[in-house]
Amino acid sequence: MSILIDKRTRLVVQGITGKEGTFHALACREYGTKVVAGVTPGKGGIVHEGIPVFDTVAAAVAKEGANTALIFVPPAFAADAILEAADAGIQVVVCITEGIPTLDMVKAARALQGQATRLIGPNCPGIISPGKAKVGIMPGHIHKAGRVGVVSRSGTLTYEAVGQLTARGIGQSTCIGIGGDPIVGTTFVDALRLFQLDPETDAILMIGEIGGTAEEDAATFVKAHVTKPVVGFICGQTAPPGRRMGHAGAIISGGTGTAAEKMAALRKAGITVVRSPAEMGGAVARLLQPTPTRRVAASTKRRQTTQPKSGTTKPTARTKRAKRR
Amino acid sequence: MKIHEYQAKTILTEFGVPVPRGRVATTAAAAGAIALELGGTVVIKAQIHAGGRGKGGGVKLAKSPQEVEQVASQILGMMLKTHQTGPEGQRVKQVLIEEAMDIRQELYLGIVIDRKVGLPVIMASSAGGMEIEEVARTQPAAIVKAHVDPATGVTGFHARKLTFGLGLRGELLKGGADFITRLYRAYVAKDCSLAEINPLVITGAGRLLALDAKMTFDDNALSRHPEVQAFRDLDEESPLEVEASKFNLNYIKLDGNVGCMVNGAGLAMATMDIIKLAGGQPANFLDVGGGASAEQIENAFRILISDRNVRAVFINIFGGILRCDRLAEGVIKAVMTLGVTLPIVIRMEGTNVELGQQMLRQSGLNFLMAQGMKDGAERAVRAAHSA
Repeated sequence: MSILIDKRTRLVVQGITGKEGTFHALACREYGTKVVAGVTPGKGGIVHEGIPVFDTVAAAVAKEGANTALIFVPPAFAADAILEAADAGIQVVVCITEGIPTLDMVKAARALQGQATRLIGPNCPGIISPGKAKVGIMPGHIHKAGRVGVVSRSGTLTYEAVGQLTARGIGQSTCIGIGGDPIVGTTFVDALRLFQLDPETDAILMIGEIGGTAEEDAATFVKAHVTKPVVGFICGQTAPPGRRMGHAGAIISGGTGTAAEKMAALRKAGITVVRSPAEMGGAVARLLQPTPTRRVAASTKRRQTTQPKSGTTKPTARTKRAKRR
Repeated sequence: MKIHEYQAKTILTEFGVPVPRGRVATTAAAAGAIALELGGTVVIKAQIHAGGRGKGGGVKLAKSPQEVEQVASQILGMMLKTHQTGPEGQRVKQVLIEEAMDIRQELYLGIVIDRKVGLPVIMASSAGGMEIEEVARTQPAAIVKAHVDPATGVTGFHARKLTFGLGLRGELLKGGADFITRLYRAYVAKDCSLAEINPLVITGAGRLLALDAKMTFDDNALSRHPEVQAFRDLDEESPLEVEASKFNLNYIKLDGNVGCMVNGAGLAMATMDIIKLAGGQPANFLDVGGGASAEQIENAFRILISDRNVRAVFINIFGGILRCDRLAEGVIKAVMTLGVTLPIVIRMEGTNVELGQQMLRQSGLNFLMAQGMKDGAERAVRAAHSA
């Protein structure tokens, strides 16, 4: 299993006839994702690179049974595209678009409350369940199917983390980029909850950054509800206050949202925090080792158990516990 | 994007938020003329983006037009140093001349996006004049908050929660509700990220006025507000950052000597962090983006090396959409065109990495090829130290 996307994913790409939309729709299909439809208002009826194009998401759902959407619509229209997908009953909406006005996202996020649709992003690389489906712009070939869940606010830093894991032979169950904007659909807490419940995820790597309090919220959640080992890294340890570091949400304002605060919160929750981005993969590898290491022993909350390296899908005592929650 | 106080007050006036009478001047003579027009005691306020202007000597009272001219001539052109400017300060080019107010009480009113809740939040406090972060730390109970759903805007109960929370009574309750509603309208209409009135004053005559005003705007929404874009003051920004913004490059100048060129904001921050861990100091943050072209890379290089402090360059790329061969092509071209002599450490990973590395090796240029981020950072720091 994996979270949010898998072999049952039937993808509609919104903005498919654009340059980026075309490029990534094909890359997703090449990876094995069922790309069943595209949407470009006004171009309904054409077949683009073998993919039927519709004027509306509703039509793509009705005709092709799309259940997941990937959005490459320009920033001024992207919030509208998200709402259209939700209205059409799409379950998982992944919005890649960077630069959506914050107040547009405030309204869209508010409108999604209480609906069944899960939004990932915006301003994110998307989501991949290696070997099953890719709904995003990440390079598929660096991933490897396995049992570590990755969740991150970044794009290329996630690729870096995945690269480190794959190089050590450690595969990933699902990797989610939740996005670098101040308002995002899926938070660390949402992703951690899904990974905790997923019987095929054994450990979690979370990559945060400066700005906001999403990592602190994640720490509180991990302490109360996550029994699987978690490794954390926070980037922006050297970022100057008051400056927006590329991502709209990456800003230390009024002295809060610093990497130091976030790292302390994660540590307090029993998460293994690495200071160097080069150590993300190594730290996960150590946590997955059959013999308890000193680092793990130092965590009071978790009992280290031998993790099945691969192959078995039998629920462990740990996942059974998780299911009862 | 930030703007000056006088510009913020122009916007507030447009929305009917009361501000003191006044105008901006660029010369001492003009300042004197405005003072004459206003009559009585006036305040001369230096217009720079940084806060803490009063403590730095950028806000003065004057009783006569002659005195205004004299004070304005001192403030105009000065390098005003505050806790928010660099150690060298910021040059004052404009002063705002305003009628001095008879202040009975100072309050605070601000609007930001509450990221956790996902809604704008209006914050009010009776501790006016103090920084809100300081109030939040020392007396959090003194802050009253109201989250506003954009579907309804500010309604009666929001206003009551805030005005009663501020301890307003009588006529001021109605005035306060009106003030808050108008400020919120301005916030939404102009796509602000912050609108802050600190202090919001109650005058001796019982009026509410925005004595100071700070507004910053959501960069993502600027394209729909050309009138706000017109308020941009390039003199308030670092020249290299202005240059970088012309090419859609995310560049922030820092104080170190290891220049960094990275794709992606998260990886760019992580690269700065690992340079520090390797014992060095990053000279900048630079994100060349996901799909950088050869031309884009050349521009990035030019900006990077025009920082005189840079002693070595660390290029850290994880190729996804940005293919390593295309990056290599751009780097080789840039180094040849610009005649770069600085040591350049390159770490590449991802799409077409072998091809990219081969191109760099065969270029005849002296690139230091790194294995992984840690190795790259260490090599770059060593190169910067020995350069």
